[in-house]
Amino acid sequence: MTAAALRLQGVSCTFISKDDPGQRYTAVQDVSLTVGAGEFVSVVGPTGCGKSTLLNVGAGLLQPSTGTVEVFGQPLGGLNRRAGYMFQAESLMPWRTAAQNVMAGLEFRGAAPAEAKAQAEQWLQRVGLRGFGDRYPHQLSGGMRKRVSLAQTLVLDPDIILMDEPFSALDIQTRQLMENEVLQLWQSKRKAVLFITHDLDEAIAMSDRVVVMSAGPASRPIGEFTIDLPRPRDVAEVRVTPRFIELHNAIWGVLREEVLKGYRQQLAA
Amino acid sequence: MWSLIKPSRRNLRVWQVGLLVAVFVVWHVLTAPGLVKPFLFDNDQQAAFFFGEPLKILQRVWGWFFVSADIYVHLWITLLETVLAFGIGTAAGLGMGLWLALSPLAAAILDPYIKAANSMPRVILAPIFAVWFGLGVASKVALGVTLTFFIVFFNVYQGVKEVSPVVLANARMLGAGQRQLLRHVYLPSATSWVFSSLHTSVGLAFVGAVVGEYLGSSQGVGYLILQAEGSFDINTVMAGILVLTAFALLLDALVGQAERRLMKWQPKAGETEKL
Repeated sequence: MTAAALRLQGVSCTFISKDDPGQRYTAVQDVSLTVGAGEFVSVVGPTGCGKSTLLNVGAGLLQPSTGTVEVFGQPLGGLNRRAGYMFQAESLMPWRTAAQNVMAGLEFRGAAPAEAKAQAEQWLQRVGLRGFGDRYPHQLSGGMRKRVSLAQTLVLDPDIILMDEPFSALDIQTRQLMENEVLQLWQSKRKAVLFITHDLDEAIAMSDRVVVMSAGPASRPIGEFTIDLPRPRDVAEVRVTPRFIELHNAIWGVLREEVLKGYRQQLAA
Repeated sequence: MWSLIKPSRRNLRVWQVGLLVAVFVVWHVLTAPGLVKPFLFDNDQQAAFFFGEPLKILQRVWGWFFVSADIYVHLWITLLETVLAFGIGTAAGLGMGLWLALSPLAAAILDPYIKAANSMPRVILAPIFAVWFGLGVASKVALGVTLTFFIVFFNVYQGVKEVSPVVLANARMLGAGQRQLLRHVYLPSATSWVFSSLHTSVGLAFVGAVVGEYLGSSQGVGYLILQAEGSFDINTVMAGILVLTAFALLLDALVGQAERRLMKWQPKAGETEKL
């Protein structure tokens, strides 16, 4: 058996307040999660359940308090060099044009400028932004900026793609377009994807497997569902198939309780 | 008729120049001997003595530049001091700001000293610099550097501290090493802060140069003004101030020009920012 692309084992993350060391907050506790090579795994859960924390651990941006992270069988120390990370917030460098942003990673890794530029142009075209290469991020719409981010991440051809609610800020139409684009790109490249979202529909429509997290603090996976919908899928069309609704009901049954719990906790806080 | 002269974006310059002319005209009317009956002073010579006469001042400026042509050497010295102080102070502030912002421990150790050095009235250092560096250009540059350094330093420090953590994490994930982060993330992110400080610091570099000359020198516009003050020649003093102001404006415009070139990635007012 080949090693999983990304394996988190018994990962816990406890944050200590800087001002008051007595204040501790355990975001995730004892999380074990595996993403196989070429597998598309989504993690869903109520807000504030530490989904992003998990992703940061997988990226190597955050050291877990306990537990281990393995990348293709190798223990992870420092940044995860084989992963590309698409952030939830604006992550483009505002002082670089779209093309310069896309080629940034290649440049950092020492590629020849001409080669990097050609690849950046190619990727901009692939995400439907041909001719927008010399625009600055503030001159692009939110959806376009997300596409640039996508191109910026994928141009490096990472073996693992980490996505943190990448489309949560987009309107529903743009969002479905982007989801389909991502699925198409994934279909052709078959990379391991760890996709974080709070949108159950999105998770089911796109993934091979959906992991449900409990409400925080100290959240952990409480359910795992294999999505056996046929591929290729269209995210809009697949939503109305009976199997989708069946899966949705099954997962929602688990998630509902946690969402309510998370909501009550937020009200109490 | 009113629609033509009503202040608007189009005739901005006309109004600006008009205001300047108006100030000079009022100044002239109030100070020219014998033009209006003196209402503040005992006789009509006193207003001119205390406030100078615009016509004579402009004559003096004209003479400096085109008749005797003796201001160039002084102006050159003053501008040289200003530009050197500005350049050295900015470079040092930039380097120090980047260093301290990126190594918190060093920043914590040096913090009280930087605060102390910044709150010290630095003009009193001028005589010390004169002793150390002589009465030439170097002592004025040193004074100017102490004035400009802190402005740039604090702005760079703040600018680096406020780099978006997401942009930073993204650049790291894209494979940027420490030096690349410095070159491609910290530095560009700090530039907008640096430029807002450069407008202030170019003015202060001028102050350093002129105050330095004023306290002891044999050349420079500050020296000219000092000489004129010694003989109560208000017109020459005013002419010197006028020339200095004009060149301070010019330097500020140059900084603005550089800013527009380097900061073209920033959303400008009037151009809606899409979110």
